[in-house]
Amino acid sequence: MSEATVQPTGPVLEGANDAMLARLIAHQRTMARIRAFEEAAAEAAAAGEVLGLVHPSIGQEAVAAGVCANLERHDLVTSTHRGHGHTLAKGADLAATMAELFGKASGFCKGKGGSMHIADFSVGMLGANGVVAAGIPIAVGAAQALKLRRLPGVAVTFFGDGATNRGPFFESLNWAALFRLPVLFVCEDNGFGSTTRNEAVSAGPGPAARAEACGVPARTVDGSDVAAVDEAAAALLAEIRASGSPRLLHARTHRFLGHTSIDAQGYRSADELAACRKSDPIAFNAARLRALGCADAEISAIAAAAGGEVAAAVAAARAAPHAPSHEAFADIQDIGGGLWR
Amino acid sequence: MALMTCQEAALAALAHEMQEDPTIWALGEDLGRGGVFGQYRGLQQRFGAERIVDTPISEATIMGAAVGAAMMGTRPVVEMRIADFALCAVDELVNQAAKARFMFGGQAKVPLVARHPMGTWKNLAAQHSQSLEAWWVHVPGLVVAAPATPADCAGLLKSSIRCDDPVVLLEHKDLWTYAAEVDEALPPVPLGVAECARDGRDLTLVTWSAARHLALAAADAAAATGIEVEVLDLRTLWPWDRGAVLGSVSRTRRLLVLHEAVQVAGFGAEIAATVAETLGSILAAPVRRLGAPRVPIAYAPPLEAVYRIDQGRVLATIQGLVRG
Ligand SMILES: Cc1ncc(C[n+]2csc(CCOP(=O)(O)OP(=O)(O)O)c2C)c(N)n1
Repeated sequence: MSEATVQPTGPVLEGANDAMLARLIAHQRTMARIRAFEEAAAEAAAAGEVLGLVHPSIGQEAVAAGVCANLERHDLVTSTHRGHGHTLAKGADLAATMAELFGKASGFCKGKGGSMHIADFSVGMLGANGVVAAGIPIAVGAAQALKLRRLPGVAVTFFGDGATNRGPFFESLNWAALFRLPVLFVCEDNGFGSTTRNEAVSAGPGPAARAEACGVPARTVDGSDVAAVDEAAAALLAEIRASGSPRLLHARTHRFLGHTSIDAQGYRSADELAACRKSDPIAFNAARLRALGCADAEISAIAAAAGGEVAAAVAAARAAPHAPSHEAFADIQDIGGGLWR
Repeated sequence: MALMTCQEAALAALAHEMQEDPTIWALGEDLGRGGVFGQYRGLQQRFGAERIVDTPISEATIMGAAVGAAMMGTRPVVEMRIADFALCAVDELVNQAAKARFMFGGQAKVPLVARHPMGTWKNLAAQHSQSLEAWWVHVPGLVVAAPATPADCAGLLKSSIRCDDPVVLLEHKDLWTYAAEVDEALPPVPLGVAECARDGRDLTLVTWSAARHLALAAADAAAATGIEVEVLDLRTLWPWDRGAVLGSVSRTRRLLVLHEAVQVAGFGAEIAATVAETLGSILAAPVRRLGAPRVPIAYAPPLEAVYRIDQGRVLATIQGLVRG
């Protein structure tokens, strides 16, 4: 049943208990940190402190939070150009992530990568990517290595709906199914590839059906509902861990901002944007928390704490030094790297 | 004459060609909204969605389909969005487009233009900034052009579209907003012909693409120190204008090649070797190349700067060659 959408269960979850409440609070914290991080990153980009292109995932935080809540440190993740959320949700240090956006020596990549190439291998975050769909086969191969080395863990690959029209997506589905690899494919479907509506350039019933055609079972969820994402990811990951074979999660979500922080989205009407902002995953989860008895003060404290952490990270990143220029010649290759001629 | 940017000139040239020849069409991502750099602005409204085709993110098929369509009597303009993404379509360009005519004994030609927006721009880092012209020049069957001015962006686009060979047109991302006076008719610029951008008697500086502007600035600075540099903008890298280069170096007896791309195995090596082989005995100084060090392009500005060549280095190299 690829197209069976798990409907948001409304503000009140059936059979809610303390453990569930704690989990929803943890999700709220993860999403608030991502939101605050990306708002600050977009602001720093506008101020010319963060360069290159910044692709905010604001509106999509529930996908990163709900999936990564089910991962262990030894599980692996590959990401996309829109990768801050995945990075933070996988447990990467927020300050070092921000420092990388500022291009500083204290960044995860010493300022060599920036937003589009953020990575923290120490927590299994194997890299954002500047090339659409390029992370998908990398996750498949990472899973193959886990299998070969008899290591525990799964590889999760996040990618957009636009990436599902590139060959590496299809080839990776086939490959992961053929070699029975522990891979969770997560399609973050925000309906857009850059400025183009995905429906205008995609045939057939979508990513879940494409997965199933390769024998990869799939589920579609409301990606704005963190509890729904969490539940579906938990179920799929349990199947992957038990069977060693791949699954796909198709999360329908909304990109509130433009493709990049400088894209004014002239191609979307004010009405459409207002409607999509109604499914704000953070506001939705907050409403649910309130309905479960969580105090307003507790919820706003989560946002305030995230804001404070991010402000400190920005201040530290701003003050940090760049790497010395000889770093540009380092870490290229073992033999013959960084030579002028 | 009119003042135009490279983007405006290239847009006008494509519109002109499409108006004249109904077999010309363009395919790529986000073209309906004008393309990433506005180089297709308004064309879908004017020519329709069948001729300005918004494609899925499917580079291999964008290029592969263009090969098929080119063999069947159309002239596709293939937009690769950023030159680095063209690497997702290398088989289609190198094994298919470039070789079909030869392999099939001349039964088909592949008249397509692959537009590759190249080069460093806005700190886009390692996967969005490369200059890979030498790769394409190395492939028999391909024509390679790299314009640096609005007139050449328009004129070489027109000639590339009219050419029956597959052409890789390298358009520098940093030049889209560069404006200069152009002949409003935007005449075609012949492929394979260099332009002498500045006369000089002391040294020949061969360059192309954005480095032309660096070369001219360095030549001005050299003039202030009494050295007259002749700047040749190659404009087309294959076929390259050997006559213009050899003619100029026979007069100046000194050669410097300047390009943004990595110097190792860059196209400058081909020019330097040809000049050394042909004119070695009359040279007043050894040939010199200036290109980037062989490093991936970093994000942070002080690290990216290592990759870039600044005017001071060009000037110092010129002075070293002339004054010894
Ligand atoms: C191979 C390749 N083609 C094109 C691009 C340019 N590009 C960057 S992001 C993007 C849209 C991707 O859409 P999607 O996969 O849905 O992810 P989203 O941006 O919606 O998160 C495009 C076309 C690229 N980076 N790589």
